[in-house]
Amino acid sequence: MRRVWFLLSFSIVLCWPASVRAQAPVQSGGELHFCLHGEPKTFNPLLVEDGQSETIRYLTGGVLIRLNRQTQALEPALATSWKVTPDGRTIKFHLRSGLHFSDDTPFTSEDVAYTVKALMDPQLHSPTGDSFRSSDGQVVVQTPSADSIVVTFPAPVAGLARLFDQVAILSAHSPKKEMAVLGPFFVADYSPGSYVLLRRNSNYWKKDKEGKPLPYLDSIRLDIQRNHDIEILRFRRGEIHLINALDADLFDRLQKESPAAAHDAGPSLDSEFMWFNLVPTAAFPEYKKSWFRTTEFRKAISLAINRADLVRIVYAGHAQPAYGLISPANHFWFNAGLPAPRYDSAGALHLLSQGGFRLEGSTLRDSSGNRVEFTVVTSTGNKPREQMVTMIQQDLSQIGIKMNIATLDFPSLIERITRTFDYEACLLGFTNTDLDPNSQMNVWLSSAENHQWNPKQSKPATAWEAEIDRLMQTQAAATSDKKRKADWDRVQQIVAEQQPFIYLINRDAMSAISPAVIGSAPSVLDPHAFWNADVLRLGPDPSLGAQK
Amino acid sequence: MKLLQKVAASTLVAIFALMVLAAFLLPAHYARQFRDIPNAGPTAVHPLGTDALGRDSLSRLLYGTRVSLLLAPAAALLSTLIAAFLGSVAGLLGGWFERMVLAATDLSLALPWLFLLLVVRALLPLDVPPLVSVVIAFLMMGLLGWQASVRVICASARGVRDSDFLLLARSTGCKPARLLWRHVAPNLRPLFYAQFFISIPLFILTEANLSILGLGVMEPMPSWGNLMRSLEDFSMLSANPWRLVPLVLLVIVVMCFQLVLPTQEVTQ
Repeated sequence: MRRVWFLLSFSIVLCWPASVRAQAPVQSGGELHFCLHGEPKTFNPLLVEDGQSETIRYLTGGVLIRLNRQTQALEPALATSWKVTPDGRTIKFHLRSGLHFSDDTPFTSEDVAYTVKALMDPQLHSPTGDSFRSSDGQVVVQTPSADSIVVTFPAPVAGLARLFDQVAILSAHSPKKEMAVLGPFFVADYSPGSYVLLRRNSNYWKKDKEGKPLPYLDSIRLDIQRNHDIEILRFRRGEIHLINALDADLFDRLQKESPAAAHDAGPSLDSEFMWFNLVPTAAFPEYKKSWFRTTEFRKAISLAINRADLVRIVYAGHAQPAYGLISPANHFWFNAGLPAPRYDSAGALHLLSQGGFRLEGSTLRDSSGNRVEFTVVTSTGNKPREQMVTMIQQDLSQIGIKMNIATLDFPSLIERITRTFDYEACLLGFTNTDLDPNSQMNVWLSSAENHQWNPKQSKPATAWEAEIDRLMQTQAAATSDKKRKADWDRVQQIVAEQQPFIYLINRDAMSAISPAVIGSAPSVLDPHAFWNADVLRLGPDPSLGAQK
Repeated sequence: MKLLQKVAASTLVAIFALMVLAAFLLPAHYARQFRDIPNAGPTAVHPLGTDALGRDSLSRLLYGTRVSLLLAPAAALLSTLIAAFLGSVAGLLGGWFERMVLAATDLSLALPWLFLLLVVRALLPLDVPPLVSVVIAFLMMGLLGWQASVRVICASARGVRDSDFLLLARSTGCKPARLLWRHVAPNLRPLFYAQFFISIPLFILTEANLSILGLGVMEPMPSWGNLMRSLEDFSMLSANPWRLVPLVLLVIVVMCFQLVLPTQEVTQ
């Protein structure tokens, strides 16, 4: 009996390493370190709202279709292929077979069906699910086989396939619930206020060109660090390997100290803009409202702003003058036919004179003799915005306009621009993570809450807003991207002509990546620095001390 | 007057003279942006260089000195007067009045002033001219900055309350107001001065913090407080040490005041 046990043990010892090698060759990818700027609010991928949870969802969640952050094309992930029907309501997926979740639970179409039902469950209030809700009605999910699934929505959903980039598939049967994942990493440890540790998912489906299983990294440690100055200090010391997003100041400093670590991927989707309050009930004099309603006035203000100086001085060259609502970084949806933003104070004065304004000495007055003066509010503590508004103040003084500046803490600012409408003009920014402009519907529809210059209109106040509404509705119902693009091109043209938002700049996507990280390819889309986390590796780093 | 005190007095006179004559000495208007030379180093045209927007740093410093050096002491004076009155009376009378004043002080210290100031800012109209916003900011500091001084002054006044000279004054029928004015206040005067001088740099820095809430000195008007906000950028300082000038000036002014004024106290 002893001999039998000995032989059995011996055979296990001999066979075990071979079997492990066959399933998952040993990788020594090391541990990547970077920071989260706060506590993740949830690990449930369907309930993600904050940036921290989004980072964890991106690194752990397995999706059917993945948007390649560099090529901006959709790529197969858990689904090997997909097809959207011509009516835009139904999408059919063919799934990879033989896959397992991180806890070894098998992956089938049943899991996708479970995820879609949970996503669309009105009781769950999933922010990700909201993107799919184009109208009331039930979503029908059919699973003809273990590796195929058909999802039918009650109405056409614009950009349907792309929306699945955000849907991390949950297991229908795993006792670990949402902690069982199909992405490259899984959450191994979480110490509130301190760190989140992600470990390599050995069941991850993807392999590199040589057939080696991905990801290369053994683990990722996400330190919770709110202070950006400490974050960059830690990066300099080699304690963390990357910073996903940097502002121009920090980037410039880093570039001087360690050029190999500073990466500017070019203009991002984010924009900074200003607008005038066009709410009819706003609490300021009627003559000011009539200025702000005049297209010539808004266009003149836009012409009088020297965007090139904003880019050069405020962003140290790490931004681009903005064309409009869609950044040139968005290759497909940007309307390349839009005129480039210009700086022309003489042209601005000419436009103003057409609108009945006149320059008396160094003071601009309207046709009734009122001095043109208004106050711009912006968020306090945001250095680039404070600098931009001060520069715009000087630009507008060149055409006789007196612009006052009021900086407010963010909650007070939001209160004024969304509830009391007690402001004249505002300068803020828009952080955009979605390539498809359909996500901006809540800004451009005249009835929308975020239609900042005049929100929640019962019917469009102007003909051009009515036209934008119509275009929004037709593009949302269209299934052809070509048709949708044509509608969005027209919207961009109207916005350029009417300037309800005076777009100023598109910030560059700047990140810091240690030379120790091999395989990085910073992207203009978020996440800029770790979108390809599954192929990142760590090597020696003489400049940042990662070898220690 | 000792040599050091003469130097301190001369320095203060020079700074005040520069402050008054700022309009004639300024190389350029404090708000003018020389956009071709942002963050420039010292040159003959811009002796202290330019800031991030290309504005002349010397002009901003001189004008900021005018704002801070007039308004911070005014706010410090207001808060010291309030503290001196409340602390002296509480310490002198003792009993329920002292307990009430100290309880009010504790309560006031416990209040979340930051949020109350935010409410104040929310209630103020947006189109307040920069100068008015400055005056409002310093007035608020003066009216709200007395609590810590009250406790110190009250403790000292309590010590004076049972002194022999006060007993003698009481026995001669001296009325409370006269006791306070002629006997208690002169004995506490060095403390008042100390509280006053401690408050000045505190209010200058508080103004800088209030600017972040939109309550302090608004752009483009400069003040020592918002000039010192540029010191947050630590790594920039090593490359541009002249940016420390507002801080150096603040230290010099506070030191000079402390060197000069105690002498006056002694000579009285």
